[in-house]
Amino acid sequence: MPSVYLWIVLAPLIGSIIAGLFGKVIGRSGAHWVTIIGVGISCLLSLVVFKHHVMDGGAVYNDSVYIWLETEGIKFHIGFLVDNLTAMMMVVVTFVSLMVHIYTIGYMHDDPGYQRFFSYISLFTFSMLMLVMSNNFLQLFFGWEAVGLVSYLLIGFWFKKSTATFANLKAFLINRVGDFGFILGIAAVLMYFGSLDYKTVFENVDKVSGLQMEVIEGVSWSVMTFICIGLFIGAMGKSAQVPLHVWLPDSMEGPTPISALIHAATMVTAGIFMVARMSPLYELSESALLFVMFIGATTALFMGFLGLVQNDIKRVVAYSTLSQLGYMTAALGASAYAAGIFHLMTHAFFKALLFLGAGSVIIAMHHEQDMRKMGGLRKYMPITWITSLIGSLALIGTPFFAGFYSKDSIILAVGNSDLNSWVQSYAYYALLAGVFFTALYSFRMYFMVFHGKERMDEHTRSHLHETPWVVTVPLIALAIPSIFIGAYFVEDMVFGDFFKSAIYVAPAHDVLASLPKDDWLSMVTHAVPFSMPFILALAGVVVAWFFWMKRPDIPAMLEEKFKWLHTLLVEKYYADHLYIKLIAPFGRWLGDKLWRWGDVKIIDGAIVNGSAKTVGFVASKVRNIQTGFLYTYAFTMIVGLVVLIAVFVYGWDKIISTLG
Amino acid sequence: MEFIAAYLPSAMMNDQTISQLPLALPEIVMLCMASIVLIVDLFLNDKTRGGTYILSQFTLLALVVITVMSFTQQKSIAFHGTFVRDGMGDLLKIFVYIVTFTVFLYSKSYLKARDMFKGEYYVLGLFAVLGMMVMISAQSFLTIYLGLELLSLCMYALVALQRDSIIASESAMKYFVLGAIASGMLLYGMSMIYGATGSLELATINAEVMKNTDNIVLIFGLVFVLVGVAFKLGAVPFHMWLPDVYQGSPTAVAIFIGSAPKIAAFAMTMRLLVDGLHGLHVQWQDMLIIMAVASLAIGNIVAIAQTNIKRMLAYSTISHVGFIMLGIMTAEKGGYTASMFYTIVYTLMALGAFGMIMYMSRMGFESDKLDDFRGLNQRSPWFAFIMLIFMFSMAGVPPFVGFWAKLSILKAVVAVDMTWLAVTAVVFSIIGAFYYLRIIKLMYFDTPQETSAIEGASDLRVMLSLNGIAILGLGLYPELIMGLVISVM
Repeated sequence: MPSVYLWIVLAPLIGSIIAGLFGKVIGRSGAHWVTIIGVGISCLLSLVVFKHHVMDGGAVYNDSVYIWLETEGIKFHIGFLVDNLTAMMMVVVTFVSLMVHIYTIGYMHDDPGYQRFFSYISLFTFSMLMLVMSNNFLQLFFGWEAVGLVSYLLIGFWFKKSTATFANLKAFLINRVGDFGFILGIAAVLMYFGSLDYKTVFENVDKVSGLQMEVIEGVSWSVMTFICIGLFIGAMGKSAQVPLHVWLPDSMEGPTPISALIHAATMVTAGIFMVARMSPLYELSESALLFVMFIGATTALFMGFLGLVQNDIKRVVAYSTLSQLGYMTAALGASAYAAGIFHLMTHAFFKALLFLGAGSVIIAMHHEQDMRKMGGLRKYMPITWITSLIGSLALIGTPFFAGFYSKDSIILAVGNSDLNSWVQSYAYYALLAGVFFTALYSFRMYFMVFHGKERMDEHTRSHLHETPWVVTVPLIALAIPSIFIGAYFVEDMVFGDFFKSAIYVAPAHDVLASLPKDDWLSMVTHAVPFSMPFILALAGVVVAWFFWMKRPDIPAMLEEKFKWLHTLLVEKYYADHLYIKLIAPFGRWLGDKLWRWGDVKIIDGAIVNGSAKTVGFVASKVRNIQTGFLYTYAFTMIVGLVVLIAVFVYGWDKIISTLG
Repeated sequence: MEFIAAYLPSAMMNDQTISQLPLALPEIVMLCMASIVLIVDLFLNDKTRGGTYILSQFTLLALVVITVMSFTQQKSIAFHGTFVRDGMGDLLKIFVYIVTFTVFLYSKSYLKARDMFKGEYYVLGLFAVLGMMVMISAQSFLTIYLGLELLSLCMYALVALQRDSIIASESAMKYFVLGAIASGMLLYGMSMIYGATGSLELATINAEVMKNTDNIVLIFGLVFVLVGVAFKLGAVPFHMWLPDVYQGSPTAVAIFIGSAPKIAAFAMTMRLLVDGLHGLHVQWQDMLIIMAVASLAIGNIVAIAQTNIKRMLAYSTISHVGFIMLGIMTAEKGGYTASMFYTIVYTLMALGAFGMIMYMSRMGFESDKLDDFRGLNQRSPWFAFIMLIFMFSMAGVPPFVGFWAKLSILKAVVAVDMTWLAVTAVVFSIIGAFYYLRIIKLMYFDTPQETSAIEGASDLRVMLSLNGIAILGLGLYPELIMGLVISVM
């Protein structure tokens, strides 16, 4: 098996290197073939691994494949931990990635940076696999940073567009804030556990769980809470949780395939995955769990609101991604890790589908993204229409569709959580309300794009047609799991013991075990027609239909009447203003002063250039000893000899006494 | 001369000696082959000179095979205590062959372009290798001196190979005179120690030294012996010949002087100080500290002021020698291992750096100025990258193998509670990083002075690429060499 794991990781890397460095040699089709074959191998082998671990119950693999350095107990190594959680993530990552690779052939058809794009997305697949398959914190951090880097490169893929470069810088900087917390968490792990190995750390949690630390004099924190919250701040950056969410909507400046792959299906879920992987740590800190739940619920509800006022088709999907990530995070807070991961999986499929559907629309509309200029596309693009409808239904949690099972389990879990705190009831109601708004903005988008009046100009309309097969095939391939995968796995993942030892839940927190055991059919019969989420979702769809199909004047009227609210939403709660107008200028001011006084004067002036000048001066003088004359050389040797004899034969003390 | 005469009868051939001959098989093969090459070359003209080259390379490869096949961890002393065969010697010899093979390969087109593609280069080279082999396997003062002189005389002649070049003749002259002084001092020191211990065999000497470690005559002798060793290694203040010889000799010779003999010099140091004079380690430790620190300082600082890359590499060698000495200075097994590792790694890096100079040179153009490396990335991105590997590795940047070499020395030094010394070494290494990074800056951020494509022979290109990849690969798997070194120490 180890060689299989290695190939899963290396195949995309090799593809990426060939497409990136030799792109000119192999040409455009060479670039997409080599990367698709690489990711294809990876996907196929991931399925083999999935079968081995999940279906055949293979033993957990945890070993190093390469040790670079081992010093004082700290190992710098590349190792794989493959259990059911990893196997599932590997399949999700490689499958969505493969679909996106194929889709890209159509989407980037005329782009001059074709090879570069394929190289990047393959590199992303490699990095993401390194992240999920890691068996130690260092490699996790490597993967974490590598996916961040690729995300940066891809958001700014069209680097001549100033909005794109602004967006990628923003994503990078915000993620730095998160990573600061993340690396503090890792450092604390190293400090208290003396190891970065998952296994060693998880085996020793009992020794650390009771410890307290004092970072600030007199204020005592639980070490576990510190580690967990530190790591979670990293997850907040990567998984775009409030208040580090501002980069994700802007990341839509990148090409649509990567919005689907990186900023919806895989990378942004890395934070969720990481917290689930660290469940043995989180289970020991209720404060951290409450914090996680609060952040998740807030993100789920308040980011959903923002989807209502967006007119850019990709931004609506982006806000829905934020909101769904909030759901997953809230599930983690309730110790329902399995439900969170389950939603991660179903979401990966239907959200990738929605993004690629949006991309298909964008291609047909000649790269127009404003929904106000669309409408009635249903009859021009039947496949895109039906697949997008499937995606939307899955997203809002329609019974029988994938999203229903995962979202319902999350809401049930949070509702039944034993954490006695106001946070728990707040989270429950926020998630419930979120269901209504998810349905509302999703179907607002759906109706505005596919139904109603055709609002595009004559030229665009005359060219409207279904997109080529490389685009529609991935849509269909993603639509199938968007329907069935929830029903297929719900019993095992949420109520069964799918993840086995991969996820640890303390008996006191085990909310999923306390729920009545359901199978896929009975979950539907329990929900229809009187469960709250179902009613709310239905209401959302009806209201959307009524507002944007039947009476478009009502939303306009509401907008007029609640001008302040509308502005607040359009301005995204002024979060960007806070960062760009207040925090960033302060940072720049501080940086400027430190640079002027600290860097230029002291460090550069005195330390760096000063010492460099001294060395240069000494060098220019000392080289004069090398006169080029033989007698100088011989003389130097004699001097050296005499000094050695004087010191060692005659002796230091004697020399000193003679001189003195 | 009396003691040599007194020594001779006991070295007469007898049955025992003959039965020990297989131990010296590599040396015997080398001697025969070098003589054969010498004779064969007489019958070749300039058109068929390739025969000499092929025969020499074949000899080196055959020796690699012979030594690997008869590789032994067991230490056996032969020929009345003058010769030793052990794992360390075998491993070092294998590297000497490989390094010399690479040197010959790198030099071929350089020599051809300068009308120097003559049999002398190869014959002298092979005899120099024989000298190194004798040095590595020496177990008595006599054999050490014999090997050393054989090596040195070949080297003097090689430097002067370009007879008409004034600068080459000048540096050969300097090298010869200074080398003679150093040999004289070494011999003087040896005679002192012989006088105090009554033996030329290292093992006997060591036993005698142990009995009386503060004998002033011994210490006096030790100082002189160490001067000889320091000269060969190129440690400050016995380093003055190095920059002039590196710059003055043809690059094909400089690469030879700068690589394989360092391995032999390391072996000589180990044989003399550890096998023979370990009893005086308190004294030689201090001497090595003084010379190592001086070498690190002078080497790294003066290299910054150089504009000629061969001269710069000479000073860089001096600083690397400082590191090698630090490892031996610990007088501990860990330190010896680290030093041996460092020596081997250093020769591989030096090979590459000189190889790059030869790769970029052509008829009438030496390419030995720093400025010649300007904008190399635009002319040849791959070889700019290879050079980057060599420079990063020499500077000690992970993940290249040079980092591990430095790290293992520093660990050994810290292990004997001389942290201050390790700190000093690190500080000078940081200063030294400047001139390595400057080359990288020149290659990647400056505009080239000329834009012509570089035409190098394909075997040179392949070997140079392998050399670079090896530096990277060994950095990722340092155990490959480190494991070997540990196993023989």
